[in-house]
Amino acid sequence: MIPPAFDYVAPTTLAEAVAALREAGEDAKILAGGQSLIPVLRLRLAFPTVLVDLGRVDELRGVSEDAGTIVIGAMTRHSEVLEDPLIQQHAGLLVEATATVADPAVRHRGTFGGALAHADPAGDLAAVALALDAELVAEGPGGRRTIRASEFFVDYLETALSPDEILAAVRIPKLEGSWGYRYEKFSRVAQAWAIVGVAAAVRKEGGAIAEARIGLTNMGSTPVRATPVESALVGASDLAAVQAAAASAADGTSPPSDLSGQADYRAHLARVLTGRAVAAAAGMSS
Amino acid sequence: MTDQMDAGLVAGEIAEHPDALSKPYAGGELGRGRRRKEDAKLVTGQTNWTDNITLPGLLHMAVLRSPMAHARIVSVDVSAALEMPGVIAAYSGADLAEEQGALPCAWPVTADMVHPDHPPLAVDEVRYVGDGVAVVVARDRYTAADALEAVAVEYEQLPPVVDMEAAIAEGASLVHGDKGTNVCFRWPFASGDSYADTVAAAGDDAVVVKRRFRQQRLLPTAMEPRGVVVAPIAAADEYTVYSATQIPHILRVMLALVTGIGEHKIRVIAPDVGGGFGSKLNVYAEEVLALVVAKRLGRPIKWTESRSENYQATIHGRDQIQDIEIAATKDGTLLGLKVELLADMGAYLQLVTPGIPILGAFMFPAIYKMKAYDFHCTGVFTTKTPTDAYRGAGRPEATYAIERIMDELAVELGRDPLDLRKQNWIAHEEFPYDMVAGLTYDSGNYEAATEKAEQMFDLAGLRAEQKRRRDSKDPVQLGIGISTFTEMCGLAPSRVLGSLSYGAGGWEAAQIRMLPTGKVEVTSGATPHGQGHHTAWSQIVADALGVPFDDVEIITGDTDSSPKGMDTYGSRSLVVGGVAIHKATAKVLEKAKRIAAHLLEAAEDDIEFARGTFSVKGSPEAKKTIQEVALATFAAHNLPDGMEPSLDSDYVYDPENFSYPHGTHLCAVEIDTETGFTKIRRYVSVDDVGKVVNPVIVQGQVHGGIAQGIGQALYEDAVYDAEGNLTTGSLVDYLVPAAPDLPHFETGRTETPATSNPLGVKGVGEAGTIASTPAVMNAVHDALRPYGIRDIEMPATPERVWRALHGSSAGRDPSGTVGLLGASGPDTAGNAAGGAA
Ligand SMILES: Cc1cc2nc3c(=O)[nH]c(=O)nc-3n(C[C@H](O)[C@H](O)[C@H](O)COP(=O)(O)OP(=O)(O)OC[C@H]3O[C@@H](n4cnc5c(N)ncnc54)[C@H](O)[C@@H]3O)c2cc1C
Repeated sequence: MIPPAFDYVAPTTLAEAVAALREAGEDAKILAGGQSLIPVLRLRLAFPTVLVDLGRVDELRGVSEDAGTIVIGAMTRHSEVLEDPLIQQHAGLLVEATATVADPAVRHRGTFGGALAHADPAGDLAAVALALDAELVAEGPGGRRTIRASEFFVDYLETALSPDEILAAVRIPKLEGSWGYRYEKFSRVAQAWAIVGVAAAVRKEGGAIAEARIGLTNMGSTPVRATPVESALVGASDLAAVQAAAASAADGTSPPSDLSGQADYRAHLARVLTGRAVAAAAGMSS
Repeated sequence: MTDQMDAGLVAGEIAEHPDALSKPYAGGELGRGRRRKEDAKLVTGQTNWTDNITLPGLLHMAVLRSPMAHARIVSVDVSAALEMPGVIAAYSGADLAEEQGALPCAWPVTADMVHPDHPPLAVDEVRYVGDGVAVVVARDRYTAADALEAVAVEYEQLPPVVDMEAAIAEGASLVHGDKGTNVCFRWPFASGDSYADTVAAAGDDAVVVKRRFRQQRLLPTAMEPRGVVVAPIAAADEYTVYSATQIPHILRVMLALVTGIGEHKIRVIAPDVGGGFGSKLNVYAEEVLALVVAKRLGRPIKWTESRSENYQATIHGRDQIQDIEIAATKDGTLLGLKVELLADMGAYLQLVTPGIPILGAFMFPAIYKMKAYDFHCTGVFTTKTPTDAYRGAGRPEATYAIERIMDELAVELGRDPLDLRKQNWIAHEEFPYDMVAGLTYDSGNYEAATEKAEQMFDLAGLRAEQKRRRDSKDPVQLGIGISTFTEMCGLAPSRVLGSLSYGAGGWEAAQIRMLPTGKVEVTSGATPHGQGHHTAWSQIVADALGVPFDDVEIITGDTDSSPKGMDTYGSRSLVVGGVAIHKATAKVLEKAKRIAAHLLEAAEDDIEFARGTFSVKGSPEAKKTIQEVALATFAAHNLPDGMEPSLDSDYVYDPENFSYPHGTHLCAVEIDTETGFTKIRRYVSVDDVGKVVNPVIVQGQVHGGIAQGIGQALYEDAVYDAEGNLTTGSLVDYLVPAAPDLPHFETGRTETPATSNPLGVKGVGEAGTIASTPAVMNAVHDALRPYGIRDIEMPATPERVWRALHGSSAGRDPSGTVGLLGASGPDTAGNAAGGAA
């Protein structure tokens, strides 16, 4: 299918991009990897008049270290995330989840920032950002601000970014101590979106779980943090305790019912996958 | 070789390049695993897809489609579209009513079949989401897409007819109001003894098992969508139609009949075509519309389908409800089979829509001996996209039903499913065998294929593991599935097609042209769309004529250069097309032998032919290569008196019988009882496709076929909602398995030559698809049987399996289709809980 006509600008600096976006006004859209936006345009579900392509803004790309935090440029491609040694070392959960995104072609175009800004609750990376307490750095005409992941995802396909703001980078605190992690994705075919996904990171002390962070994919209109499970897991030292904690994984969620799964099935999957993800993260696989 | 060629050169003054001449034939072409000669072009982007074709002055057509499943068209207003810059023309169905004709259905299965008019653009009513209502023609495709939005259509909604059973119930809303019924046809077929009498006669000794299976609707999903380009020469009223089609020859005839343009004024070219699976075995609205519009405007017209359009406006496959009943004596001897079929036609009849379930009718008895067979099919109209041939076309449906119910019968009788099959199948020494459904199977060896499959599979080891997992109540359960299938290929003997009221014959045409330099051009009326025809046929020709493989060029897909043909479908291109080519080579050789005898001044009876060389018995130095004979024929200086100076030959081959590939597929699945997810652990196939021309191509066909059959078993489902909208309208929701989802295929072969054709070949295009669906689903059921689960509908999605395991029926899921046919009964609930703990 063919998108409606639009104008196209390709700034080369973040400042230019912010200016271009502001100038274009309400009906402008940012183009990152295009893996979510282009299908929407082709299906004629959106009619932006201007696309501001961030593809040539080099400063938005790449990964660096800032004390206890790693900073991932919004335009860093999924394929680059997978290969990056800093992310591998300090945010392995993100690597694991990114490896499950779509297929190599999509991963070579799609960007980390684009995936978060798109805020599809079925996307795999938002739950990870949530679980890792990421901070999102936004740049707009009024300057730069930092938004916590827990406040970033507002609703289905809706974020705390205002229309004239650009997501510039994502800051992920390094996990200190003996953390284990696992992203459990459940989908019917390998390259499909998650029916449910569970991102788990746990820190163990003396054989028991001391701290757990759990993010859920596709269990509501935004990614969800499974806080009841997190607290119930503290002190868990065997599989039975993990299973018991996982039983509350769907509490307080409102998963969708659609072609790939009814809500009750998703709730069940969330419990099963949470148990598996935590057990694996804690090295307690049966 | 150069010396020999020189000896025969007439124009001795010409200094020929050494590469222009032939090297001797090295032999061993038949059965050789050659890489496909088509592939270099495909993988380097030098392919000529229809959408790549561009012509001076080309205009782009786009089709406005109905968003409603059923509605009366109150008005279509194209005036705003016409005012847009770049828009050349826009037409409603009414505007084109005079010349657009009606799309053809070539298979009126009964004399009183209801055959509704099928205008390429709807005129009064739309009858499925995707039915065309208007076309716009613009200078570029972007403008055409924009202009569609400017066409104003007013609809008056009519009731959708989505469910087949509801459609034939009393008082149902009608798809075609003027026809008074949603029943397209009723086709009864009783063969052999009466089923009822046979069962009655067996009395207490009869064991009867009944099941209802649903063949869900599938979307063919060829990688290349459809497309058409029509180039008119207005002054001559001549048209070249490029189409991404499997059937350029049939299309030419049909376009002539539909539009009234003389057949001799239409040339159809199928350029490189990227897959079809039956979906391009049709005459489509857009092909007619592009032609009609090109004629009106006198300008070339292009239309290319998007994937969304492809899912709405290209035919769908399957969609049947099968009520099947099998009867056996207590000792397991089959008595007979009774089948009641509902087949969804969709809104209209496309080229062979009604014939698909009828093809299947002959395959239900499969490889089993029985005396009684009762079949009845009702074709039903619904307000959905028309169905038609999809890989296997009727045969996968039938094979699924019989192979599934054989397992159920085995359970009922307390027998091993493979044992029960062995007891009832045709033994190899019983061939040729007259089947209860009226076919004569020429050859087969089910024992050999099964034995080989069992060896490859480690059946005993897997059964032991299955027992361990059952006993330990492992959350991951193992299931083992069998499919001992056969199918009918090589469509088809023309007189058989005639007896089934099909509108054409089943022959295929071939032509061999011997060029002066000894190279060979071959034409065939069968048209490839990804299979590797050119490679396999080149091997046949090289072997028959004794020329190097590289010296053979195959020409297909153009009604000018290969004017006669019946095209490609029904696994016929080797069995019918290849045999036609082989027979044409025989004619070349026969004549070449006479010329060689003449040149060597020997008696014809004394001439021997081997590896491309004619020699005289007893005097080995006296010889002529086939290339020398070709050159001598071209020169025509010294031919037998009165002989026509040409070695070229034509052959039109009409097969005497179908061919019957068979095989045994074994599948092991692991089912995660906590999530319901099915993973294929092992897949072994042993196919007997008769003589193999190229094992690489055979393996490729088997791989792709198995993948597609697995797609039906586990993944693919075209779902309509209650309003008649296709809710799985893109590849996001319509799940096609890809490499990561599929197991390593362990493929084996046995070779029992067909006796009904000189090459001994049987065809392989559909075998994998036919065999794999029941193998996988039998494995799924084998894993779940201890939980009291009798039947899981296809696709066996994790959610369906989970619901069956946990006894929580979802009732009707949001799609409006029935979720489960059989959930676990009360007596098994404890079992389920125990097993899934
Ligand atoms: C076939 C397919 C399968 C997929 N499967 C998965 C999957 O399994 N899991 C998964 O997580 N994802 C999946 N995706 C989505 C993929 O991860 C996308 O890349 C991602 O969702 C969007 O990233 P993008 O860079 O392509 O963004 P784009 O498509 O360019 O943009 C998406 C949206 O975000 C906005 N946006 C982008 N960048 C910024 C920015 N820096 N600041 C502000 N707004 C911005 C755009 O304006 C647009 O609205 C799939 C995509 C495809 C095509």
